[in-house]
Amino acid sequence: MIPGPFSYHRPATVADAVKLLSNLGDEARPLAGGHSLVPMMKLRLATPEHLVDLHGIAGLKGIRRDGNTIVIGAMATQHELLASDEIGRSLPILDETALLIADPQVRYRGTIGGNLANGDPGNDMPALMMTLGASYRLEGTSGAREVAASEFYQGAYFTALEPGELLTSVAIPVPAAGHGYAYEKLKRKVGDYATAAAAVVLTMAGGKVATCKIGLTNLSETPLLAEDAAKAVIGTSLDPATLKKAAAAAEAIMSPAADARGPVEYRKHVGGIMVMRALQRAAGRAS
Amino acid sequence: MNDMTPTREQREAKLEGMGCKRKRVEDIRFTQGKGNYVDDVKLPGMLHGDFVRSPHAHARVKKIDDTEALKVPGVLAVITAETLKTVNLAWMPTLAGDVQMVLADGKVLFQNQEVAFVVATDRYAADDGINKVVVEYEPLPPLIDPFKAMAPDAPVLREDLAGKTTGAHGPRKHHNHIFEWTVGDKDLTDAAFRKAEVTIKEMISYHRTHPSPLETCQCVCSFDKIKGELTIWGTFQAPHVIRTVVSLIAKLPEQKIHVISPDIGGGFGNKVGAYPGYICAAVASIVTGKPVKWVEDRIENLTATSFARDYHMTTEIASTKEGKVTGLRVHVLADHGAFDACADPSKWPAGFFNIVTGSYDFPTAHLSVDGIYTNKAPGGVAYRCSFRVTEAAYCIERAMDILAQKLGMDPAELRLKNFIKPEQFPYHSALGWEYDSGDYATAMRKAMETVKYAELRKEQAALREAFKRGETREIMGVGVSFFTEIVGAGPSKNCDILGIAMFDSCEIRLHPTGAGIARMGTKSQGQGHETTWAQIIATEIGIPADNIMVEEGNTDTAPYGLGTYGSRSTPVAGAAIAMAARKIKAKAQMIAAYKLEVHEDDLEWDIDGFRVKGLPEKTMSMKDICWAAYNSVPPGMEPGLEAVSYYDPPNMTYPFGAYICVMNIDVDTGVYKVRRFYALDDCGTRINPMIIEGQVHGGLTEAFAIAMGQEIRYDADGNVVTGSFMDFFMPTAVETPHWETDFTVTPSPHHPIGAKGVGESPNVGGVPAFSNAVNDAFSFLGSTHIQMPHDYWRNWKAAKDLGAVA
Repeated sequence: MIPGPFSYHRPATVADAVKLLSNLGDEARPLAGGHSLVPMMKLRLATPEHLVDLHGIAGLKGIRRDGNTIVIGAMATQHELLASDEIGRSLPILDETALLIADPQVRYRGTIGGNLANGDPGNDMPALMMTLGASYRLEGTSGAREVAASEFYQGAYFTALEPGELLTSVAIPVPAAGHGYAYEKLKRKVGDYATAAAAVVLTMAGGKVATCKIGLTNLSETPLLAEDAAKAVIGTSLDPATLKKAAAAAEAIMSPAADARGPVEYRKHVGGIMVMRALQRAAGRAS
Repeated sequence: MNDMTPTREQREAKLEGMGCKRKRVEDIRFTQGKGNYVDDVKLPGMLHGDFVRSPHAHARVKKIDDTEALKVPGVLAVITAETLKTVNLAWMPTLAGDVQMVLADGKVLFQNQEVAFVVATDRYAADDGINKVVVEYEPLPPLIDPFKAMAPDAPVLREDLAGKTTGAHGPRKHHNHIFEWTVGDKDLTDAAFRKAEVTIKEMISYHRTHPSPLETCQCVCSFDKIKGELTIWGTFQAPHVIRTVVSLIAKLPEQKIHVISPDIGGGFGNKVGAYPGYICAAVASIVTGKPVKWVEDRIENLTATSFARDYHMTTEIASTKEGKVTGLRVHVLADHGAFDACADPSKWPAGFFNIVTGSYDFPTAHLSVDGIYTNKAPGGVAYRCSFRVTEAAYCIERAMDILAQKLGMDPAELRLKNFIKPEQFPYHSALGWEYDSGDYATAMRKAMETVKYAELRKEQAALREAFKRGETREIMGVGVSFFTEIVGAGPSKNCDILGIAMFDSCEIRLHPTGAGIARMGTKSQGQGHETTWAQIIATEIGIPADNIMVEEGNTDTAPYGLGTYGSRSTPVAGAAIAMAARKIKAKAQMIAAYKLEVHEDDLEWDIDGFRVKGLPEKTMSMKDICWAAYNSVPPGMEPGLEAVSYYDPPNMTYPFGAYICVMNIDVDTGVYKVRRFYALDDCGTRINPMIIEGQVHGGLTEAFAIAMGQEIRYDADGNVVTGSFMDFFMPTAVETPHWETDFTVTPSPHHPIGAKGVGESPNVGGVPAFSNAVNDAFSFLGSTHIQMPHDYWRNWKAAKDLGAVA
């Protein structure tokens, strides 16, 4: 539980940070909240020679509304999401999800950028961002680009980030007024990753589902958008048969690993149940 | 009498003696981060040691190359079994009569076994060094399943035992067999089963788990080459035993070994035994002449230092049709891992598992236990229980429920029908114990009335009907557990550790101003001894508890004791305190008689001093007697006021309790909700009700963890798959149920103050209550027994296997 030696860098600007990351190459890792990276370093499963601490970069902080988009700086902490009135008004599902991440101590330190960029299938925010249709701003020495959350995740810990690139902010379109939402997460205890979790954002019209997006956490190597499951509920009043159909469609794309949370069969089964429960709870909240 | 004279109640209250909810005096430092733990010990020039550990469960060690490690800046030495052989310490004796490798000698026998010890100037350099030690292994087939251990073709684990057909506890039947232990009358029991109207048989497993104290095992060893003295600060539950063991195996004179247990962050049995880290740190200090610190991390603690349980108990009960039990037959397959490092009294290879007849009047019983080796970490310690008592309680409490189910009887009613009756005490059990006292039916009925047991059964019946009709996906269980503990090891006639009788001790020295110090052979790890020991003294000799300092853990100053585990502190050391106090009181009475100019027999005790019989205004307080003890004792009497007592208990004590757990389970996810948990404990005389309540809360929380998910699990290759708090279930306040506590008081007739001990009861009684609740919930679907732990996925699987989930 003792990390190996490393050098520590604390740049003041994004430009300096990406320059450092680019120059130092594969042996450098950006340090945000550190709640994934530092434990891995203590186990020596990660042995970066350089840590580029992003806490000195003022430009990576903050949460703001830009028209119909909420822009969150990568270094905003989970706690800051919970404390933000803007998030509470426009994106209450972020609050609901952040509250299910670890515990208050971790949320004071853990950042949204770290949660999104690390590519850990157990992280809760990536599936949520896919569900919300968010996009990430990636900055490197050759400039900035926008990548949709749904295009970002390629495998466990593999993302669209190029060497030397940094995820600097996330832009989330504000969901329609009156939308319904829910994040259902089954976990063994506080601080655990999801055994299975489902995010739902939907709108209702005349008692029937008008639009729907469903995201899945920790049920594959990457977060998933359950598109067939979402399609299955459009135009329905979420009757029991439809819910079962949606769950089955979602389960069809799940490929969780067996671990101490349970065998594959169980994790898929409860994945389907999370989808059904999230759909029902979201519909109950929609107006 | 003027208004300023304190009333009797005020005098009593000022003492804060037995029965007072005195606040824990040690918490003043603990709650402010001012405790002094082993890792707080920092000595000039101190070095740090850490282990290279085996990635394999079973492998031959072909070569250990430390060339690159020794080039790491700060690394001073790499110690291997070859190094230790030069001082004859490559192997060490275990408390169970086996031997254990200190460092891998030719092969490794479990994952994370200690292979080499790297000594460096700081912890970082030590870890850097570890990563540079190259060990060449030749993997061997691992033996993980205990039921395959004694197959004819099972791998040979312990090559050092080749040809040894006899072990510390008798004949060995197989190369992976450690011992067979049998108790009871086999013929009589077999006859009872032949005649039985009803029998049940079930293989009840109690899975491997771990005590996992918040503070891991650690030590600092400092050898003074000039004086030839070794000082060890360590997380020791039994510091004197450690001193004796070190003296015996390191061949150092015992007076030159100083063992100090400072504040300890929880033990739960994990800190009773001796570990390779202690030996290696001591050797490293002797070799380098510098202090050496060894601190285990969490993964090492969970995977390498002593586990608990891992008992597989094939259990049979014979009974009449009316539910009167007539016989009990139990066979245990005990998985000890690679070495038998159980921390039991030496003559008890399966601890006090023969308490397995529980609270019931079995006319006959027979027990046999086979201990076996597997490629798992050694241990088998008493995790917050007396030796193997929680296994026994789980075994009988689960089996009684299975019998009730077969008979179609209510499980509480079956228990009431078979309890040992109050007039049967002292009760001689079929497996050889003499139960000291108990009133089981009263406790059971109080529990049932408090939780409105009959109404719960009605609610359960209605919910089951609703479930069958498809109106709910929840099932409900009511778990009943009635346990009898056996604690306070123990009488010298049957309890010793390495030949040292399991007495305990207290030395009380009173100072002239009416204050004093009590030094003890026990060692608190959070139990609150500094608070409760002073309360016993306060009541016994009328000195306020606040004026008594309690000191434990320094073998140079404390009288020899066997330490704190197995709920033995109050039954044994608590008695020693009372006996030492009574010696002081006898001398104090002589001094008071002299000062009051009356005969001793004319004095009577009154709260905080003596008064002359019939002349209540003629008194002498203990405070004044203390002063007199240092300036005007009777002619011929030595001055001073102190006493020491070594207490050899005449018997164990037998605390008991009735626990009821109400739980609902969602069959679709396996998620459970503990709706109610009621715990009635009878621990005899209650010294500090607040501390008892805290002990019960803590023990129940551990019981909850164990029953509902906490396990050390290995995969088929022998890799530990639950080696960190991510997967090893350590509940937080969020998961932990609300606890309701209650009590009855049945004092122990043979203990000086009637106390029985309580710290471990809730773990012993709690596990069966939870497991019985889960099993009770599923029983109407056709199951008789579902193995622990009952975590979410296993509950779902149970529901699925029973056809309740598609």
